This record gives sequence, structure tokens and C-alpha cells, in this order.
Amino acid sequence: MARLQRRFVFVALLCAACSVRGAGPWQDLADDGLHDPAGPGIGVLQQPGEALSVLPQDGAGNHVHWVKALRDGFITPRHALADEPPPAIDTTEIIMRDTSTLPFVRFPHRAHTEWLDCTICHDRLFERKVGTTPINMGAILQGKYCGVCHGAVAFPLTECNRCHSVRDVPVAKAAAPP
Amino acid sequence: MSARSLRIVGALLLLPGFAGPATAEYGDVVINNYSDAAGMRPVIFPHWFHRVRFRCAACHADLGFKFKAGGNEINMMKIIDGEYCGACHNGEIAWSVENCDMCHSAKPGTPTQVHESTVQKLLAPAKPKPRQ
Ligand code: HEC
Ligand code: HEC
Ligand code: HEC
Ligand code: HEC
Ligand code: HEC
Ligand code: HEC
Repeated sequence: MARLQRRFVFVALLCAACSVRGAGPWQDLADDGLHDPAGPGIGVLQQPGEALSVLPQDGAGNHVHWVKALRDGFITPRHALADEPPPAIDTTEIIMRDTSTLPFVRFPHRAHTEWLDCTICHDRLFERKVGTTPINMGAILQGKYCGVCHGAVAFPLTECNRCHSVRDVPVAKAAAPP
Repeated sequence: MSARSLRIVGALLLLPGFAGPATAEYGDVVINNYSDAAGMRPVIFPHWFHRVRFRCAACHADLGFKFKAGGNEINMMKIIDGEYCGACHNGEIAWSVENCDMCHSAKPGTPTQVHESTVQKLLAPAKPKPRQ
């Protein structure tokens, strides 16, 4: 058991290290492995580096800190096709404590409702009541719960400590199941 | 607890090893349910490009895109009728459908996928699977 817990820490460190690997973060479309370099779209499509290098930087995923990019006004993405009243912002934060030896998870509603509507998450992905959704890391890594978006479009799962970010509560005491 | 933990460790240990030499942008979705068969290059949908302009909700709530690469069964009829990509790529909000090669830009034969996703990395066929 103790050995396992040490391995968790080791893995967490490993992942933190791997997320900063790589030199130039943005690959040119022609040699990104997906685009057909012979296709006529190349040369017309925008290069990721051109658009993303002017936004607040981050260490993984698109190498853009999307929360800051939005809040600090670098981008002003529209929330609907027609002019509609701005979406509801919820500022509740939820602390999830079933995290083994890792810091607790802080789920911020604000950062999410700035991008997403309530109906995207409630009640398809998560119950509207703290502690009732059986979230766990195994399911997340398989693309469920938080892993629907984190690991595909929002910052990736290798960024353990952006979710496991609450350290100031004694960890040992709080391992009790919800 | 320990079986569960072992699975997580197994899965996580695999993650760092997967960076190929050339990697397309995180969140690029390849859609290829029909394209290859129809003799068109598969479609690449770039999330990074669209999220600069639209919040997730615009597409995933209002336009009803399901969270699943290839899961919306998009085809050209629907697009021309103003559904899915066609809600914007209609010559008003964005350039219209005649720009075939802007959307159909992937290497022929590229399967439907979310590029660089954790699930894709975990299931990468060339690598051993995490032990059960
Ligand atoms: C990205 C997904 C996501 C979005 C978007 C979202 N929520 Fe939540 N919400 C959660 C999660 C996760 C929980 C915790 C569920 C659990 O612990 O089982 C939660 C819990 C709640 C709770 C229960 C809080 C409590 O104290 O019991 C309420 C109420 C709630 N959300 C309202 C909203 C509203 C209103 C919106 C839109 C303005 C919204 N949520 C948008 C993910 C989301
Ligand atoms: C429906 C998609 C979706 C789901 C589900 C989701 N997130 Fe997010 N999350 C986002 C997006 C989009 C952002 C904005 C940042 C980005 O894209 O990298 C974000 C940002 C965050 C941030 C960063 C906040 C900041 O201020 O930097 C944290 C922490 C986070 N999510 C935790 C979670 C946790 C924990 C869960 C599961 C309980 C979860 N998310 C589920 C889409 C999602
Ligand atoms: C997108 C947010 C997010 C990221 C990124 C994330 N986790 Fe988690 N993790 C969670 C949530 C949510 C839980 C469940 C907490 C709860 O139910 O109280 C969890 C639980 C855990 C647990 C407890 C055991 C279990 O099965 O649930 C471990 C161990 C864990 N995570 C390890 C990691 C490691 C290592 C990383 C980095 C490789 C990581 N997590 C990245 C959100 C995240
Ligand atoms: C806005 C993006 C976009 C544009 C522009 C576009 N397509 Fe498509 N097309 C798609 C998507 C998405 C699919 C579904 C791909 C799949 O599942 O293989 C598709 C599928 C197809 C298919 C196979 C399915 C079907 O409907 O027969 C053909 C053939 C096709 N497109 C031809 C064209 C041609 C020819 C043009 C230019 C006149 C064009 N497309 C322009 C996005 C686009
Ligand atoms: C302009 C429209 C648009 C916007 C904006 C958008 N998406 Fe998507 N999203 C798509 C399309 C298209 C697909 C692929 C659907 C298909 O293949 O049928 C997709 C697929 C996904 C998937 C599924 C990936 C998988 O695992 O199969 C996730 C998760 C996702 N989007 C999250 C997000 C998040 C989070 C945001 C906001 C940061 C966002 N999307 C913004 C159009 C959009
Ligand atoms: C919510 C509106 C919206 C939807 C839905 C949408 N797009 Fe777009 N798309 C845009 C806008 C706006 C642009 C930028 C147009 C311009 O520059 O004039 C764009 C540009 C693009 C580009 C060009 C990127 C570049 O490098 O210049 C591609 C490729 C693309 N879209 C593919 C798709 C595909 C494929 C779909 C459907 C799966 C889709 N889009 C759905 C709004 C949308």
C-alpha cells in the first residue's frame, strides 16, 4: 500500500515532467501527421502557431491558457450564433476529497460556465448535488466525467495539479469516501 | 482500492511515452465515416481555431454537436441544409461549402479520431495495454 502511494507521487512527477517536453510547441500543418501536405487546403489554412502564440501561454495541450485568454480579453468568443443574453455564470467551487494521497480536487464552476452551459454537464455528466456522482480517476482516464473534455479539448489529464490543487487541508484525514 | 490504483498507475505509466515526432494540434478532430469511401480526403475540425471565435456552448448546446468524434453522422446534405458545420459555413457567419478542400484536408485513410486525446494515447495499438 505504502509502495503504491509512493508510485502515485512518482507518476505525478513523471507526468508533470512530460508535459513540458518538446521545443517549438506548434507544429506546421504540412508536417503535423494529419493534414495531407499535397492537399490544396495547405497554404490557405491558418497555422496554429500564428494564432496561438499571441495568447497567454501554458505548458500543455494547445499551449494556451484558455481561462486567462478569455478572462483577460485576448479572445471574445461568441456564445451563440444570434445575439442572445450572456450565459449564466455560476461561481460555486466544489472540493472533491476522494483522491488517495494526491491533493484534493477543486472544481471551479466559474471557469466552466464561462465556456459551457449548465445543460452540457447537468444532469447528463454530473448530478446537481455535491458528492453524488461516482467520479474516479480510472473512469476519467477512460474519457468519462471530467475526462470527456479534459483529455480531448480542455487542458489534458497529464496536468494533475491543475485539478489536484488543494493542498492546505490535511490529506490523511480526508480519504473517507463521500 | 489496490486493484483500482494499479489500473490507474498502469494507465498513467503509459502516457508519457506516446509523443510521436510530429503531432497535430491538441483537439483536432478527424471525421471519416464516409469521406474515404466517397473518394474525398477526410475532414479535420480544428477546435483551437473555432474556440477562439465561439464558446463550447455555441456548438455543443445550441447546435447539438454530441461529444463524440464521428458521432454526429454529418454528411453534405445536412451541411447544405444548414445543420452542423452548415449552421455557420453558409457564406454568412463563415465561408460556404464550396471550399471543399478547407474542410477535407486530411491524409487519405486517416481514421476518425480526436488527435492527441488521452483515450487515443491509452488505446494506441502499437503500445502494450495497461494490465487489467
Ligand atoms: C463542466 C461541467 C459543469 C457545468 C458546465 C456546470 N456544472 Fe454544476 N456541477 C458540476 C460538478 C462536477 C458538480 C459536482 C457533482 C458531484 O459532486 O457529484 C456540480 C454541482 C452542482 C450543484 C450542486 C452544488 C451543491 O452544493 O450541492 C449545483 C446546484 C450546480 N452544479 C449548478 C450548476 C449551474 C446552475 C450551472 C450553470 C450555470 C452549472 N452547475 C454548470 C459540473 C458542472
Ligand atoms: C464539458 C467539458 C468539461 C468537463 C466535463 C470538465 N471540464 Fe474542466 N474545463 C473545461 C474547459 C473548456 C476549461 C477551460 C480551460 C481549458 O480549456 O483548458 C476547463 C477548465 C478547468 C480548470 C481550470 C480552471 C482555472 O481557473 O484554470 C479546472 C481546475 C477544471 N477544468 C477541472 C475540472 C474537473 C475537476 C472536472 C470534473 C469534475 C472538469 N473540469 C470537467 C471543460 C470541462
Ligand atoms: C480534470 C481534472 C483531473 C486531472 C487533470 C487529474 N485528476 Fe485525478 N481525480 C480527479 C477527480 C475529480 C477525482 C475524484 C475525486 C473524488 O471523487 O473525490 C480524482 C481522483 C484521483 C485519484 C484517487 C483514486 C481514484 O481512483 O479516484 C488519484 C490517485 C488521482 N486522481 C491521480 C491523478 C494523477 C496521477 C493525475 C495526473 C496524471 C490526475 N489524477 C489528474 C480529477 C483529475
Ligand atoms: C464546412 C466543412 C465542409 C466543407 C466546406 C465541405 N465538406 Fe464535405 N463533409 C464535411 C463533413 C464534416 C463530412 C462528414 C465526413 C465523414 O464522416 O467522412 C463531409 C462529407 C462529405 C462526403 C461524404 C458524405 C456525403 O455526404 O456524401 C462527400 C462526398 C463530401 N463531403 C464532399 C464535399 C465536396 C465535394 C465539397 C465541396 C463542394 C465539400 N464536401 C465541402 C464537411 C465539409
Ligand atoms: C464550432 C463548433 C465547436 C466548438 C466551438 C467546440 N466544439 Fe467540440 N466538437 C465540435 C465538433 C464538430 C466535434 C466532432 C463531432 C463529430 O465528429 O461528429 C466536437 C467534438 C468534441 C468532443 C468529443 C471528442 C471525443 O472524445 O470524441 C469534445 C470533448 C469537445 N468537442 C469539447 C469541446 C469543448 C470543451 C469546447 C470548448 C472549449 C468545444 N468542444 C468547442 C464542434 C465544436
Ligand atoms: C459556430 C459556427 C461554426 C461551426 C458550427 C463550424 N464552423 Fe468552421 N469556422 C467558423 C468560422 C467563423 C470560421 C472562420 C471563417 C473566416 O475566417 O472567414 C471557420 C473556419 C473553419 C476552417 C478554416 C480554419 C482556417 O485555418 O482558416 C475549417 C477547416 C472549418 N471551419 C471547419 C469546420 C468543420 C469541419 C465544421 C463542422 C464539423 C465547422 N467548421 C463548423 C465557424 C463555424
